[in-house]
Amino acid sequence: MTRPRLDTRVHTPLPNPVRPAFERGARDESVVVNIGPSHPATHGTIQVIAALDGEKVERVDVHCGYLHRGFEKECEDHTWHNLMPYVDRLNYCSGLINDFAYCEAVETLMGVEITPRCRYLRTLLSEYSRVADHLTCIAASLMELGAMTAFLYLVMIRDYIYEHLADLTGARVTYTYGRIGGLARDLPVGWLKRLAEILDQYEMFVARIHGLMDRNRIFIDRTRDIGVISTADAINWGFTGPILRSTGAPRDLRRDTPYLAYAELDFDVPVGIKGDNYDRYYVRMREMDESVYMIRQLVDLLPEGPINVDDRRCTLPEKRLVYTEIESLINHFKLIMDGPDVPAGEVYTAHEAPNGELGFFLVSTGGGTPYKFHVRSPSFVHMGGVHRMLQGYQLADIIPTFGSVNMIGGECDR
Amino acid sequence: MAPAILDLLQRELAPPDGEASISHRMLVLTVPPVEVLRIARRMASEFRFDLFLDVTAIDWPHRTPRFDVVYHFYSTSHMIRVRLKTRVPEADPTIDSLVSLYGSANFMERECHDMYGIVFRGNPDLRPILLYEGFVGHPLRKDYRKEHEQPLVPYRK
Repeated sequence: MTRPRLDTRVHTPLPNPVRPAFERGARDESVVVNIGPSHPATHGTIQVIAALDGEKVERVDVHCGYLHRGFEKECEDHTWHNLMPYVDRLNYCSGLINDFAYCEAVETLMGVEITPRCRYLRTLLSEYSRVADHLTCIAASLMELGAMTAFLYLVMIRDYIYEHLADLTGARVTYTYGRIGGLARDLPVGWLKRLAEILDQYEMFVARIHGLMDRNRIFIDRTRDIGVISTADAINWGFTGPILRSTGAPRDLRRDTPYLAYAELDFDVPVGIKGDNYDRYYVRMREMDESVYMIRQLVDLLPEGPINVDDRRCTLPEKRLVYTEIESLINHFKLIMDGPDVPAGEVYTAHEAPNGELGFFLVSTGGGTPYKFHVRSPSFVHMGGVHRMLQGYQLADIIPTFGSVNMIGGECDR
Repeated sequence: MAPAILDLLQRELAPPDGEASISHRMLVLTVPPVEVLRIARRMASEFRFDLFLDVTAIDWPHRTPRFDVVYHFYSTSHMIRVRLKTRVPEADPTIDSLVSLYGSANFMERECHDMYGIVFRGNPDLRPILLYEGFVGHPLRKDYRKEHEQPLVPYRK
C-alpha cells in the first residue's frame, strides 16, 4: 500500500474555520460574544456565537462539527461486524443502545430473528444504559448550577452501573457488546444479584436528589420558565425524546412503534407541563424510574436459552470449534475477513435512545461492507433547533439550557 | 402499522411517473426532483407528517443521474415513517429546500450539502456545518478517497 502523501503545497491563508451568521447585533449597543468550542461549562465541543443586549441573548448561531471524524466514511470501509466499535462511540454515555439499534438494522436486512433471551437481554441493557445516560445528564447539568452533592450522588450510582457493565462486557464505556444476530457473551454468574443491589441503591440516592432539588429555591429560579419550547415548535425543529416529552407530548418510540420486548412491558411515558429546563430535569428523573421498573419486569421475564441465533451467515462459531474444526475455522475466517453477506437493500431502523430518535439508515449492495451508512443522530438535530431555547434568555441561562439538551459530541458530529 | 393510511398515501402521493413500494415495512415513494417540495407540502399539511427525520444522499458514481436524495418523514399521529427518494444529476445536483415546511431541515440540508454537494434551492444558510470553511470537496462522495488530506487551518496571528 502506498502511504498517503502529505499535502505540502503552499496555500493562501485559509479563512476562519467558522463564518458566523452575523457580525453585529440588532442595535449599536449589542455585543457579540463567542462561547466555546472549548469552554469549561459546555460539556461537548460546541461553539455558540451570541449577540447580547446587556445580559440578554438576542440571537445565537450554533456551530458543531468539532468532533467530526468521518464516522460514516470510515464505516463504508469496514465489514458489518468490524465497525461495531465505531458505533459504540456515537453516544458514548449509552453505547449499548447504539449497538442494539445498529444490529437490529443489519438483522432486518438479513432477515435474522434474534433469540428470545437476546431480545429480553437487549431490552434490559437498553434500559440500564438509559439510566446511566440520564444520570450523567442530570448530574452534569446540576453540577453546572453548583449542586456538587447531587452530582456526586448521581455519578456514584452511574459508576456502579459502569463497573457492573464492565463485569458483563469488559469495558466501562465503549462496550462493543452487540453482535449481528446476538450478543458477545451471556451474563456472568451473580450479575443479576448485583443488578438488584444497584437498583436499590439507585432508589435511595435518587430519593435524596428529589429531596435536594425538586423544591430547591435556587434550582427553581434557574430552571423554571427558562429555555421554554412549545410542542409545535419542538416538532417543527425536529426535537424528539425527553425534550419533546417535556413539552407535554407523550411521544416515545418504545410505546408508539414498539421494538425489542417493549410491547410486553408495563410502563408510563412521563411528560412535562411547559417544556422548560425544570420539566426536562423532571422528565429525565421520572424516565429513570420507569426504566428501573422495566428492568425489574425484565429480570422476571428473562428466559433461558441461547443468546445467538444459529445462523452461519452472521454468528461467529464457538472459539473452541474454531481451533478444532476446519468448517468452523473457515466460517470464522470468512466472517472476520469478508464480513457477513448482507443482501442488497435499504433499511431505516430507529430506537428510542436517551436523547431521542436514533436512526440508522443503511444501504447494502450485497457483500460484507455497507455501501452507505447514515446515522440520524438526535443531538445533531437538536443543535439545529437549540437557538429557539437560548434566544430571549440570559447569557447565564445558556449553560443550564444546554445541559438539559444533553448534546453528545460523539453522535452530533460523527 | 396503519395500513389504511399507507394505501391512501400510495394512491394519493405516487405521481404518474413515480413509483411506490413497501420496503422492510416502510412506504417508499420515488418521485422526480421537481415534485419533492409539492409532495412534502402535502404530506405535512394533509397527511400530518409533522416530524422531518432526516435527509441524506446516496452516491452511485457509475449511474446517471448520479445521486439519490433520501428523505425520511414521521407522523406523530399515525406513528409511521415514509421514505421519499429522488434522483439528481451530478452536473446540477439541485433540489428544492424544505426549510419552508420544517425548521429542522436547515441543519440536515447543510450536512447533506457538506457531505455530497447537493444544493438545496431556497435554503438561505448552506454554510459548512460538520466541515469547516475552506474544506475542498465532498467527503462522502465515493470518489473522495479516504486517505485524502485537506490543507490544515493555519494558526491565526
